[in-house]
Amino acid sequence: MALLMKDLLNLNLSDKTEKIIAEYIWVGGSGMDMRSKARTLSGPVSDPSKLPKWNYDGSSTGQAPGEDSEVILYPQAIFKDPFRRGNNILVMCDCYTPAGEPIPTNKRHNAAKIFNNSAVAPEETWFGIEQEYTLLQRDVNWPLGWPIGGYPGPQGPYYCAIGAENAFGRDIVDAHYKACIYAGVNISGINGEVMPGQWEFQVGPSVGISAGDELWIARYLLERITEISGVVLSLDPKPIPGDWNGAGAHTNYSTKTMRAPGGYEEIKKAIVKLSKKHKEHIEAYGEGNDRRLTGHHETADINTFKAGVADRGASIRIGRDTEKDGKGYFEDRRPSSNMDPYVVTSMIAATTLL
Amino acid sequence: MSLIDELRNLDLESITNKSIADYIWIGLEMELRNKSRTLDGPITDPKQLPKWNYDGSSTGQAPGNDSEVILCPQAIFKDPFRKGNNILVMCDTYTPSGEPLPTNKRFNASKIFSHPDVFKEEPMYGLEQEFTLLQKDVNWPLGWPLGGFPGPQGPYYCGTGADKAFGRNIVDAHYKACLYAGIDISGTNGEVMPGQWEFQVGPTIGISASDQLWMARYILERITELEGVILTFDPKPIPGDWNGAGCHTNFSTKSMRSEGGYDVIKNAIEKLGLRHKEHIVEYGTGNERRLTGRHETADIINAFSWGVANRGASVRVGRDTEKKGRGYFEDRRPASNMDPYMVTSMIAETSILWKP
Repeated sequence: MALLMKDLLNLNLSDKTEKIIAEYIWVGGSGMDMRSKARTLSGPVSDPSKLPKWNYDGSSTGQAPGEDSEVILYPQAIFKDPFRRGNNILVMCDCYTPAGEPIPTNKRHNAAKIFNNSAVAPEETWFGIEQEYTLLQRDVNWPLGWPIGGYPGPQGPYYCAIGAENAFGRDIVDAHYKACIYAGVNISGINGEVMPGQWEFQVGPSVGISAGDELWIARYLLERITEISGVVLSLDPKPIPGDWNGAGAHTNYSTKTMRAPGGYEEIKKAIVKLSKKHKEHIEAYGEGNDRRLTGHHETADINTFKAGVADRGASIRIGRDTEKDGKGYFEDRRPSSNMDPYVVTSMIAATTLL
Repeated sequence: MSLIDELRNLDLESITNKSIADYIWIGLEMELRNKSRTLDGPITDPKQLPKWNYDGSSTGQAPGNDSEVILCPQAIFKDPFRKGNNILVMCDTYTPSGEPLPTNKRFNASKIFSHPDVFKEEPMYGLEQEFTLLQKDVNWPLGWPLGGFPGPQGPYYCGTGADKAFGRNIVDAHYKACLYAGIDISGTNGEVMPGQWEFQVGPTIGISASDQLWMARYILERITELEGVILTFDPKPIPGDWNGAGCHTNFSTKSMRSEGGYDVIKNAIEKLGLRHKEHIVEYGTGNERRLTGRHETADIINAFSWGVANRGASVRVGRDTEKKGRGYFEDRRPASNMDPYMVTSMIAETSILWKP
């Protein structure tokens, strides 16, 4: 009987060989595109520092000139591979010149320095990132479930909804949820979003730099899964203009002090510090965010800094529980879906702690 | 099995202690909403589940500047979609200060069922949920020709064959999924109108009957979503000579089930007759299009009637019950889109607590 593709993809190699496959993953030249390639290792590895550095052709990703094209990959975090399973792994890497300098698109390097800073590390900065995203039909790039040449009924029925007329693409969302748990990504939940064809997953609470590593790997897993489904993943912050919600990456944040009794004072101080650097943060919070932050559709206007309890029209929202308990965390609602989590998480930490 | 299905079916139990909880609640217009969260370990007692909250401004249940609605877990079921240790959680909804939302009918029902006079009577329910399946995008019943009608009613009730039974795979998948979940699903049948089906939940005591019916509705709509078919609980989906859809509610108390119970039954039915108008108002919107006096219904507005084996009456008593002198009765008035929290608690309140 001829072997099917499925059988080959699912071959269990563990009893045939010690060798494993490691998929090295990095962020490409646009700062948003993800790239990966795989190599064979002689045995299982669980510590990133034991993985070999590697390199790739940076001239093919817009990250190096043709005559000096090698970009070096430094392994930073290991996750289990839900596609290959067994002992095979996914490796989140960042990128350096042969001389050891981080290349310009490498935002992780600087973030790691901030998180290792002696004023930051002891505060155990926690992040919970709410990644929104839109699924598009391939070739036409029109949202999944929307009629070609037209629009679905207006927003209202779709948030957290069920039913074939309300929920488009749940199989992708559910496959992604379990794949992330399998991989070791700290995925804390999912929900259907206000715009039909839009969904959200949350990663966290994660400490320091691992929030960025985990979010990037979760995005990688999502795009591998949409690839299998023949659907296109968009992290554009306002995929459809008009009376349709945009997509954000609200970032929930707390420090050890904020989580301790009396932490609410620290939260208020942190929010004041953030208010003074609104422009700097907004510039780093994602391309095209001005199309999304209009003051409508549960956003605050991009030029306004506003904080409030339970206020989904504010830049910063504090949960009622945090207000009641006098400690907890707050939510920065400004980052767009296409933000770089290394940049956003380290900037929030730097502004509030340094 | 496709690659996506393999991922959805990943067995996580061997890798992690974590489980996924799907929190489910009722929205502004009795539509079901859900979102999921990861828990650190398997949980079987709703009291051990954390409260949660959602954006009520996106469901019309709260304003944008004060948007949090609190979810209180009330009942746990096994998740037939995610399987493993993963769960479905039926919740009800409160303001941050602890008041039930206006759409939260469970809160009041729970008070009635906790009343000592009601509690000791062990009020038992069997709910016959009818529903219609529609083709996506056109919203015309499943199996019906586009732009036309099937042959008249007659062959379809409990029928088999590709020309008579439309959507049985949904019904059968739902049946097993509900049993897996831990719902007291007691049966299914094809209905008189083609594309219409029925399942029954019960016999179940007290508030649990409603928790289970809502969860069965959730599972059904998740399954129709998978199949690309639309689920409707409209009580009269197609006007004219086509049956409507109801949710007949069978009811008994301990006294009714004991020796001499038939007198208790007759007494309860009399009281229901005296409160006909109050009940009908809560028995589902659009019910007047269904309860016409034809198609096995009783005329809604004026006539309250009851009879043994009478499917044209408001309340029907089975021949067995009459013969044995004890048993239960069937309130045939509720529409398929009724809220079981309202209907079950009202029947209990009128039969047991209310004095004319």
